[in-house]
Amino acid sequence: MAGIVSFGAYIPYNRLDRKLIRQEYGGAVPKGEKAVANFDEDSLTMAVAAALDCAQGFDSSTLDRVYYATTSPPYEEKGSSAVIAGTLDMGKDVKTMDVVGSLRSGSSSMIAALDAAEKGERVMVAISDKRRGAANGQFENILGDGAAAFIFGNTDVIAEVLGVHSISVEFTDTWRSENFRYLRNWEERFCTTQAYTPFTTEAGLKVMEKTGLKPADFAKVVVYGFKERDGQKVIRKLGFSPEQLQSNFIDQIGNTGAACAPMALVAALEEAQPQDKILFINYGEGSDAIVFQVTDAILKLSPRRGVRGHINTKKSEMTYGKYLIWKEMIETEPLRRPPLVRPSLPDRYRNQKKILGFYGSKCTECGTPQFPASRVCIHCKAIDKYEEYRFYGKKGIIATYTVDYLAATPDPPTIMAVVDYEGGGRFVCLMTDCDPDKVRVGMEVELSFRKLFTQDGLVTYFWKAIPPR
Amino acid sequence: MAGIKDKVAVIGMGCTKFGERWDCGLEDLLTEAITECCQDAAIDFQDIDAFWFGTFTNSTFGGLPFSQIMKPHYKPVTRIENLCATGSDTFRNACYAVASGAYDVVMAVGAEKLKDSGSSGLELLQPHSDRTTPEPTAPARFALLAPAYAEKYQVEMDYLKKIMAKIAWKNYKNGSLNPKAQFRFQVPIDVILQSPMVAWPLGIHDCSGVSDGAACAIICRAEDVHKYACKNPMYVKGLSIAAGFGWGEKHQGYDYTTAWESVYAAQAAYKEAGITNPREQISFAEVHDCFTITELVIYEDLGLSPRGGGVKDVEEGFFELEGKLPVNPDGGLKSFGHPIGATGLRMLYECYQQFKGEAGERQIERPRLALTHNLGGQPSSCVVSVCLVGSEKD
Repeated sequence: MAGIVSFGAYIPYNRLDRKLIRQEYGGAVPKGEKAVANFDEDSLTMAVAAALDCAQGFDSSTLDRVYYATTSPPYEEKGSSAVIAGTLDMGKDVKTMDVVGSLRSGSSSMIAALDAAEKGERVMVAISDKRRGAANGQFENILGDGAAAFIFGNTDVIAEVLGVHSISVEFTDTWRSENFRYLRNWEERFCTTQAYTPFTTEAGLKVMEKTGLKPADFAKVVVYGFKERDGQKVIRKLGFSPEQLQSNFIDQIGNTGAACAPMALVAALEEAQPQDKILFINYGEGSDAIVFQVTDAILKLSPRRGVRGHINTKKSEMTYGKYLIWKEMIETEPLRRPPLVRPSLPDRYRNQKKILGFYGSKCTECGTPQFPASRVCIHCKAIDKYEEYRFYGKKGIIATYTVDYLAATPDPPTIMAVVDYEGGGRFVCLMTDCDPDKVRVGMEVELSFRKLFTQDGLVTYFWKAIPPR
Repeated sequence: MAGIKDKVAVIGMGCTKFGERWDCGLEDLLTEAITECCQDAAIDFQDIDAFWFGTFTNSTFGGLPFSQIMKPHYKPVTRIENLCATGSDTFRNACYAVASGAYDVVMAVGAEKLKDSGSSGLELLQPHSDRTTPEPTAPARFALLAPAYAEKYQVEMDYLKKIMAKIAWKNYKNGSLNPKAQFRFQVPIDVILQSPMVAWPLGIHDCSGVSDGAACAIICRAEDVHKYACKNPMYVKGLSIAAGFGWGEKHQGYDYTTAWESVYAAQAAYKEAGITNPREQISFAEVHDCFTITELVIYEDLGLSPRGGGVKDVEEGFFELEGKLPVNPDGGLKSFGHPIGATGLRMLYECYQQFKGEAGERQIERPRLALTHNLGGQPSSCVVSVCLVGSEKD
């Protein structure tokens, strides 16, 4: 039976303490923190991080499809799912799809993935959001950034799908049209009483009817909610008890949009035992409800960071001013530097295996691994005697580093490091999500796919080094 | 390779005052340096056969910015650009042209007007690329040397910082005696140590400044020196350039405590000049102290100090003006800033002044052999030039 084969998640390292928003504007700002994507992160980089977390221990060449679901894609025109496929080193014989716009894009992708899984395909679904609410408003107070990812398949399933029910209704409660930077919404009472509560309740009831299950049969129920407690009203109507509700972590990381309920599902799976049943209900222009039953295979799933591994590894020192800069909500004084030069797209296309899959080369004469790939060996100078060599996943150690206070960045200082890989090869790179005081020669680092800069509307993505979370 | 030892001589030089020359454009800098140079050599500018013009940022149009300013009458002008070694490579190419016999008397001129850009640092032209290679600031590129050096030689970083500060202190002190320097003041060691961090562990005083300047040389064959007015010709003993191929950025064998390009360039120049013991044979050196840590590593790369021994030599004042082997007697990049095209020729200008005995308060006793060194790029991948010049033919 088809279902979830693997899961993963990503939560940005940096958190904004909501009391800083309250200090700025007063008013009823909820307690807790919100996860804030670093200046070099966006919905796509977080999707990549969650997908890599999810793909741990899996041979990426066995995946047939990649779906990227978000309301906040990096481009209005130009897909991004092939970027995820590239970072997973899936090759080009793969079906990719960007599912964008709807708050329900994540769960709809999961249902589409399930259809393919029933036919024997393996599908990676990466769901990510970095939504923007204007200053001094409820979206700013509530929203956070994050991502979840699942592999769907019909072998080695850790959570089988027992039933699905979707309802679709044209209903406008929250929107952001072309040329609008910030989310807008209608009066909350209208949205809750006419859409959120009735749609989620109906989808939940109908999937329970289809599967013949009662609330008492479920270990956990996951329900999207704009705020932390919104789901309680829904599950009361469905006949669940309050303890059955899985937290959406809105107090800790904020509402992560399309990824909100999927991340809660990841958290429920992290705690789940074989035979547990989980009811998952998502919302947006209708509702998707899915019933999962956890299998014995969950005990064999390799360790991953998921929600649990990311939620408490954090830095909560950001000021509200830095938050505004990172979210590009405030205009800062231009640097006294010439404008950045945009990337050459032909060169980017030629170097795709380096940029996405983190490939270098290995000399077939002397065996020296090198990054980026070279046609003339850096060591023995042999010409065109090389094979592709993937550095991703190799252990990297800092050989030397510096903390640059002069470099132009929204988050000074910039740390630059020279990373040496086990087995040979070296990567001179930038570091991110890293405390300058904690960097040491000999320290082990991991790779994180990040946004280097944007020029002419073109985003340049590449790998940076991070301390392990 | 036979080399050109003692085959060519410098018979005139000029150098502008270096600094933020808000009053000067490229035209003024070139005119100032070339006027001094032609007067010194007692040669009419229009009698010079060919020109090599070195600049890093001031031309996107070959040698024409130079010829349009100085108006040599349809003479050959070649523009040279080779990173921070631009000035030295300009000199090198001009020397070879004279040595070959193609020309009798030529000029090497390097100039850089940096302070018209509006940027506080150096603007680099970016070739078209995927733009994924990190573009660290210059101090960050060189700062990578310090933790690696401290680790390899088991030196405490606080102590290494003091050694680096002493290098800056020495160069400031020398520069304070030089009327052409950008900075003509001394800076106490504790002020250097406490200066704001630029790229850890380099503070502001560990970095050279940004300035405008120009310098030039008139060169003829050594055998023809008697035909000109010059009484103190400076003879070329050895010239070398080593271009890095990026080994340090790709191979773990490189440990960030050296620039191999310096080692190879020095070996080639020493061989050409017949030097076997540079620490003993060289009277003084002008080296590329773009950052204090760079100068420390250069001592060892050039064989002026043993490996790991640079720290002790600095501690003992070996490279101070009164020491055994003065390094950067004119004040170095620390006091002059680094107008790229001009720097290498500015270093040769100090050698020329020292050999003539006209270095004033900086005068070194009876110098015979001097070395200049430039390093462009970053220690893991750079271009290095080494020039050896002497006051007499061997």
